[in-house]
Amino acid sequence: MRKLLPAGLLPIFLIFYFPVRSQDRPIAFKGALIYPVTGAAIEKGVLIVQHGHILAVGDASMAIPGDAQIVDATNKVIIPGIIDTHSHIGGPEGGDNSNALNPDVRVLDAVNPASTGFKKALAGGVTTANVMPGSGHLMSGQTIYLKLREADDIEEMLEVNEKGVYGGMKMANGTNSMRGTGGFPGTRSKSAAMDRELFLKAIEYKRKLDSAKKDSTKLPERDLRMESLVEVLEGKRVVHFHTHKMNDILTVLRLKKEFGFRVVLHHVSEAWKVVDAIAAAGVPCSIINIDAPGGKLEAMNFSPKNGAFLEKAGVAVAIHTDDPITDSRFLMRSAALGVREGMSRQKALEALTIAGARMLDLGSKVGSLEKGKDADFVILSGDPFSVYTHVEQTWVEGLKRFDRSIPADRAFAVGGYKIYTPESNEEDEDNHNEWSDEKQ
Amino acid sequence: MKNSKPTNKNQIMKKIFFCFLLLSAACCLQAQIAVKGDKVYTVAGEVITNGVVLLKDGKIEKVGAGLKIPANYTVYQAKVVTPGLVDARSVVGLSGPLNMPVDQDQLDKSSPIQPDLRAIDAYNTDDTLIGYLRVNGVTTMHTGHGVGALISGQTMVVKTKPGMVDDVTLVPTAMLAMSIGTSVHANFTSPGTRSKEIAMLRTELLKAQGYDKKMQSKDSSKHPSRDIPQEMLVRMLHGEIKALVSANTSTDILDAIRLAKEFKLKLVIEGGAEAYRLIDKIKASGAEIIVHPTMARPYGEMANMTLENAAILTRAGIPVSIESGYEGYVPKTRVILFEAGVAAANELPFEEALKAITLNPARLLGLDKRIGSLEKGKDADIVLYDGDPFEYTTHVCKVIIDGKLVADNCP
Repeated sequence: MRKLLPAGLLPIFLIFYFPVRSQDRPIAFKGALIYPVTGAAIEKGVLIVQHGHILAVGDASMAIPGDAQIVDATNKVIIPGIIDTHSHIGGPEGGDNSNALNPDVRVLDAVNPASTGFKKALAGGVTTANVMPGSGHLMSGQTIYLKLREADDIEEMLEVNEKGVYGGMKMANGTNSMRGTGGFPGTRSKSAAMDRELFLKAIEYKRKLDSAKKDSTKLPERDLRMESLVEVLEGKRVVHFHTHKMNDILTVLRLKKEFGFRVVLHHVSEAWKVVDAIAAAGVPCSIINIDAPGGKLEAMNFSPKNGAFLEKAGVAVAIHTDDPITDSRFLMRSAALGVREGMSRQKALEALTIAGARMLDLGSKVGSLEKGKDADFVILSGDPFSVYTHVEQTWVEGLKRFDRSIPADRAFAVGGYKIYTPESNEEDEDNHNEWSDEKQ
Repeated sequence: MKNSKPTNKNQIMKKIFFCFLLLSAACCLQAQIAVKGDKVYTVAGEVITNGVVLLKDGKIEKVGAGLKIPANYTVYQAKVVTPGLVDARSVVGLSGPLNMPVDQDQLDKSSPIQPDLRAIDAYNTDDTLIGYLRVNGVTTMHTGHGVGALISGQTMVVKTKPGMVDDVTLVPTAMLAMSIGTSVHANFTSPGTRSKEIAMLRTELLKAQGYDKKMQSKDSSKHPSRDIPQEMLVRMLHGEIKALVSANTSTDILDAIRLAKEFKLKLVIEGGAEAYRLIDKIKASGAEIIVHPTMARPYGEMANMTLENAAILTRAGIPVSIESGYEGYVPKTRVILFEAGVAAANELPFEEALKAITLNPARLLGLDKRIGSLEKGKDADIVLYDGDPFEYTTHVCKVIIDGKLVADNCP
């Protein structure tokens, strides 16, 4: 274990090093329709936050501390901060063209905390994001779970989860990673064979680590590629698996069964064809709702009813942006489209919040409005699933991070001249038809 | 036996006649539809509460409040009724959903200027995206060659109803699809700069003026041999077809206006991501504008777009049409109903947003006598909804094109 300390200790260190910057005086938001998500909606509810956490959530009869600052939220709607389980904001970079399997590569080393992408996400009510490398590799690298705090250093945004890690592992199958040259697979079978070979190596490395517990002289040489995979094998680091077609989805389930890692299926365009298999495997799905099928063969059979089918089968469903595939400002819209196609309002709300939080092992801290949880919430002008509703304010750990009434903030919601400054790898004018997630 | 024969013949004739009657009744039953809406947005005038639209023989017979419905009309009821939606600019039918060479016909890269390429020669009525747009309310579509060449080819106007290309085409050659900006550099080694782009276009248009002049000569022996690309440019120079110029940055929009002024082109600015910065210039130029999808991605030449572009232009008195545009990847097409909805949520008044996907594009295409609003005599293109058309959770329930039900989605 000693060899794993640098990765493991960093977050613990961070917690003490960067003090939580939030208010001492409680703030009470009164009069809003509150959706705690894990509990029943509260008409004319009260939400009290202090020191970056939720002090209490209740109805109008709830006692408010005498020193609390009162905010009138009458006619507003309050929901938990939105969790985006799959995003590429901030300029993440994964593996390069040298290798199809990059367990050692961290997007941590690329993401720019000053990116306007984070401001755009806050304008959409997003407070936590799983920022990932792309899908052009079988394994493109380590993802990071970020809280959208104000930060100068990306490490200040990292969110350590219940398993003691602050990210997952991005994997992909299907055509995006099938380049057929330069060490990349050319077929689906080769893709799976390469994945299996790597996991076998990781099992062997873990065996050496385990046997060294009794005799430290037996510790193997440190191996960055293996260390992160040991976290995957131990179930600490979740695999976020990009997969579209039915056969590819089933391949993921087969690999999961063989190696026992924890996995979230991402995109899952053909989920509707294999809902029962997904349900039987007990694997959660992070889906995307796009406005039309196609764009590539794998997305031809995308169904906007995926959310509804998965919900019916009892599968945990989150909805993500895959920003820039869909825009962070329109994540609530994606959930609304799920409702239009048969999801229940409750499950669609969960898909934006607690379901995603659980997929990142952050469900005890974020994703719902409950006493003791982080004070991450969104104040809306109306119903969460209405086109006419705007995000009015986004709060992260008791601090207001977006306020539509301030013109500089509003600009991030609507756009305009020189508002967004894309990261260099998000913009490629010579290749404007390709988007970063799927760039090969 | 002798007597019975003619009787038999008579009976057979009677039966045939009766069958014929039944058949013709069935035919006309299908052709005669009454659409009842709690709210009928005719777009041409006031919203009608408890409105009725009578459709007969593919045309709108009557529109009004509480009209008496003749007995042989099939009645469809909906909360909201609008005209069929008109997509101001698409590449659907030429740029298919697979994004493989086999279904990509929107851009030929052999030359940056190819006004002779006809959309009708490529339009694929089997493209699944046509059906997808149809069930989402689009009944007419201006589609054709794409962005990425100085002149990539021609555009066309089609109905989205099922059928062979000639049966669904309203206008075989609508405009010439042109592009200014970096999308052109991406596909050709030359032009490699904006200045070169404009120089090449000016040179080509000057050549076409020369060709035209020679063709006008009374001495037919002086006529040059027929040149199809030149003929198309001449048609554009004469204003018979419009110049549809894809331009998003301020520089590109102003370049388009400068070019159109020099050659007296009928300019349609397409995309126009930064149009909100150039209100006075656009107004003064008399150019028409098709605005990018509201939810387009703010990257590259669209980096400075705003969700309020359509609202700002409309407020300034510039009629706006909203397009599905062109998508290189996922999703393969946008849906104008959704794009107009988001515009409506961002300062564009509801009825203006509806106009931007009905009457405004119909006018821009020169087809407002046939489509774009619910008025007597116009094509029976009509969409029925179970709520506010722009709401995320509303369904398009039924779509009727030329008086025929072509989509039926709601239980």
